[in-house]
Amino acid sequence: MNGQHYLPLTDPVLQEMLASFGAASIEDLFRDIPPAIQLTRELDLPPSLSEPEALAHLRHLAAKNMNLEDYTCFLGAGAYDHYIPSAVRHLTHRSEFYTAYTPYQAEISQGILQAIFEYQTLICQLTGLDVANASLYDGASALAEGAVMACGATGKRKVLVSRGINPQYRQVLKSYLEVRGLEVNEVLLTAGGQTNLDEALRRSEQDPETAALLLQTPNFFGVIEEPGHLADTLHEHGTLLVVSVDPISLPLLKTPGEYGADIATGEGQALGNPLSMGGPYLGFLAARENLLRRLPGRIVGETRDASGLRGYVLTLQTREQHIRRERATSNICSNQALNALTAAVYMALMGPEGMKTVAGHCLQKAAYAREQICALPGYELIFPGVHFKEFAVTVTGSPGEMNEYLLQHGIIGPLDLEQAYPELPRSALFCVTEKRSKAEIDTLVRVLEGWK
Amino acid sequence: MNAAFPLIFEKDRPGRKGFSLPPCDVPLKPLEELLPQECLRKSRLDLPRLSEVDVVRHYTALSRRNYGVDSGFYPLGSCTMKYNPKINEDVAALAGFASIHPLQGDPTYQGALELLYNMEQCLKEITGMERYSFQTVAGAHGELTGLLIILAYHRSRGEKRNRVLIPDSAHGTNPATVTMTGCEVLQLPSNDKGLVDTATLKAHLDEKTAALMLTNPNTLGLFEKDILEISRLVHEAGGLLYYDGANLNAIMGHCRPGDMGFDVVHLNLHKTFSTPHGSGGPGSGPLGVTARLESFLPYPVTAKDGDRFFLDYQRPRSIGKVHSFFGNFGVVVKAYTYIRMMGARGLKQASDDAVLNANYLLNCLKDIYHVPYRGPCKHEFVLSAKLQKKRGAGAGDIAKALLDYGLHPPTVYFPLIVEEALMIEPTETENKETLDHFVEALKEIAAEIETDPVKIKGAPYSTPVRRLDEVLAARKPVVRWKKEP
Amino acid sequence: MKWSIPEDRQYTDEHEWLQVDEKEDTRIVGITDYAQDKLGDVVFIELPASGQTVSLGQSLAVVESVKAVVDVYSPVTGEILRVNQELTEKPELLNEDPYGKGWIAAIKAGDPIQTAKLLTAQGYANLITDLEKEEI
Repeated sequence: MNGQHYLPLTDPVLQEMLASFGAASIEDLFRDIPPAIQLTRELDLPPSLSEPEALAHLRHLAAKNMNLEDYTCFLGAGAYDHYIPSAVRHLTHRSEFYTAYTPYQAEISQGILQAIFEYQTLICQLTGLDVANASLYDGASALAEGAVMACGATGKRKVLVSRGINPQYRQVLKSYLEVRGLEVNEVLLTAGGQTNLDEALRRSEQDPETAALLLQTPNFFGVIEEPGHLADTLHEHGTLLVVSVDPISLPLLKTPGEYGADIATGEGQALGNPLSMGGPYLGFLAARENLLRRLPGRIVGETRDASGLRGYVLTLQTREQHIRRERATSNICSNQALNALTAAVYMALMGPEGMKTVAGHCLQKAAYAREQICALPGYELIFPGVHFKEFAVTVTGSPGEMNEYLLQHGIIGPLDLEQAYPELPRSALFCVTEKRSKAEIDTLVRVLEGWK
Repeated sequence: MNAAFPLIFEKDRPGRKGFSLPPCDVPLKPLEELLPQECLRKSRLDLPRLSEVDVVRHYTALSRRNYGVDSGFYPLGSCTMKYNPKINEDVAALAGFASIHPLQGDPTYQGALELLYNMEQCLKEITGMERYSFQTVAGAHGELTGLLIILAYHRSRGEKRNRVLIPDSAHGTNPATVTMTGCEVLQLPSNDKGLVDTATLKAHLDEKTAALMLTNPNTLGLFEKDILEISRLVHEAGGLLYYDGANLNAIMGHCRPGDMGFDVVHLNLHKTFSTPHGSGGPGSGPLGVTARLESFLPYPVTAKDGDRFFLDYQRPRSIGKVHSFFGNFGVVVKAYTYIRMMGARGLKQASDDAVLNANYLLNCLKDIYHVPYRGPCKHEFVLSAKLQKKRGAGAGDIAKALLDYGLHPPTVYFPLIVEEALMIEPTETENKETLDHFVEALKEIAAEIETDPVKIKGAPYSTPVRRLDEVLAARKPVVRWKKEP
Repeated sequence: MKWSIPEDRQYTDEHEWLQVDEKEDTRIVGITDYAQDKLGDVVFIELPASGQTVSLGQSLAVVESVKAVVDVYSPVTGEILRVNQELTEKPELLNEDPYGKGWIAAIKAGDPIQTAKLLTAQGYANLITDLEKEEI
């Protein structure tokens, strides 16, 4: 039988153990299950496999997927193909990290506790905010938790949501908010592709129930929002500013702390985590100091041990489900700790210079690709605003067909925008990271030129 | 040993770098041409500057200050800390799984969709449910989504039900989830056997009952033997039955939540199906439902048309999305590998051995620690250290003392209905020698408490740091490092 | 008895104390020595705003230890005149001096005066004696 190498109890030992408490057989231990629901047959599962057979089967499935080691990727839209330094996987795959549970026993979990404390600090440094939690599920749920926090902090029940926010995030937001009676209202974009902030301010002023304005920057179309003094005015209305940001952009762009955001959230995948068909990723959440006790999820804090030595523990746990139960700030228990560790290792390796380099290359290469693509007849930049690493363009035919053609040329093409934005037919969202070379961009342009 | 272990920020040295990237090979534009002044970051990016060697040494040193299943026994109750097979990690790292973009399109990742489809068939069979979603990435996330589905179902029938019943032995995530859905929690007191009392349940069911959330076996490690009666009562009252799959490891191949009458099930792949818990996550909490709830699952679901696999977005009754993309795919790959290797008999034996190990330990420990609820137990059991507490050292102290034996302690102070609770789940991947070592340690600690409780209260003594002051951490929260001014 | 129960005030069965300040015509409210002992080291208290009115049985403050959270229910209906702001910085006062520096709020009772069922020191001592018996 396969799987025995994970099951060390041999038959004689098993019999000895049963006898030690007077049981005759394993079945004796399951007699409390009512006969009516006891399975009398074996589960109907595919035959079990030995390790080499399993590996062959899984390799076979993996081989059916077109992967980014073989294809050049110009697709982003919330999941990004950035370079992952080799050391990242080696370190996060130290088994003392990845085979541990949540660090409930601090004295033998100083490794991960300190690493998460460092992660929280790195997120604060990146966002320019005061405090951060130990991670949430992903960028979408982080934004939703941020919105719930804002409603809790202000005692209000409506949020204004930019249409420039990733459509999937907006869908998750609705799932999290509406069921608890919180209202989600959309704010449209200007022709420039930025959120109509005048309208947002007007609405927050008119409706005293407005808990927060939610923005993404760079937004879904890659356009950088320019909040200016937005936060100050919102605060006059008793409304908070909650943003979703791309961590890769922050070494270059004005930080949430600098433009006065109260809560910054985002998808941390780009910080060293593989694409993995959408997960596991991590949501990060940082906030101003006064919101510390409203943060959802785990938080690591510094303390001292009995001999006065510095150490780390899970702290402020009374916010959490296992203590506050129905009054907890969130129900989150398992988070994405290993992905947070990954993000920390990535940032530690890159340092300030590496992070700025990656951001700078994204900016330059996306600008070059934008210019080259838009020089093609029929390809037009949809929004003229300031862009970071993504941009939306009109294309000359169906984006779906275009992508099939690109695929034949070894390219994973841009996102077809029409599904999420019916007002943008024949439009596609390109993404260019630091990983793309000039030659790859030129090839993309040449292939596009040859299409139709 | 006396010096504080340095933080990565304290190792910062100007000029050092830990990355290697090629120069930017496109024609460069002046920055101000691409980004106006008002868009630029003004504040210093104060990340540490280190060489790759520095970073590797730092995290390697940190890893040595951590304890995982690979380090030793980890009987953390309700967490199913079984061994995490190495092959799982290799498989998930294959480029065909790790390097695929979630939006690249169905035709480009048929293998990934086939895997999700196959996994769904396996989970359906193991639990007796009709359809699964993988979008839920943790147990609590499954609970939230499950309740959204239950509420949507009631609404679709024109019913307003907003009360959710939960036994007092439940995981904290259950009541927290109920609040997140705007519903009201009604806590059911367990009976003297630690089980749901059907008469009490009946008295609390009415037209406002949306659901009963149940873990079976429950958090005391006891099988809810009246489950069919419970199911009948809840359904007769118009409510639905939610299965918290935290304890599925006890019953694989023996019985199925679907056959017990559960309508919604979440599983914890990071518990039952051997995927590592990563020091807190990522998990994966697939959500299974019966046929009548199938149409409410989050979109998209995986589907098959002839030989072609696809993501089905045409789901008008769906509750929507609860996570970007399709959840923690990488975790599903690992769990699928495990199920394929174990097969039906392997999974059943896993449950058999998990239950045997738990009963063996319970028997070995029953004369030293108080047993609030009699066995036989399933995969875990709860002891009370209330006798030890009277001598001066309680469950928390015992946990700390175990650290000096190189063992991870059980879950302590949970479930809440047991005073000084020690909740022990050995799992099937441990051998008898390990269990015996654990028993010896707990015996010695109990004996020590009789003679020198103060010593136990001071434990641990041999760990990288001594007992940490949680009061200080909570009174004066320091949740990030700051540069000395 | 292990816990102190001063004679100069009254108690509720929820472990709050209440002391009438005749001069000011207010009622000072806090938690008992028994309550703080059971709770363990207090790490945080959420205080109400002064000027706010509070009803009998309504949550007046939330007291947190490392692993527990409890509500302090108002034993009286009235207007909160003052709250003990010092507790924000030094929540440990609730442990160190629950009947003195650890007071929580001063409430001006409404008219007619509505209070919880109040116990004398002896009555409260009997109550906790019974509670402790149950535990054994």
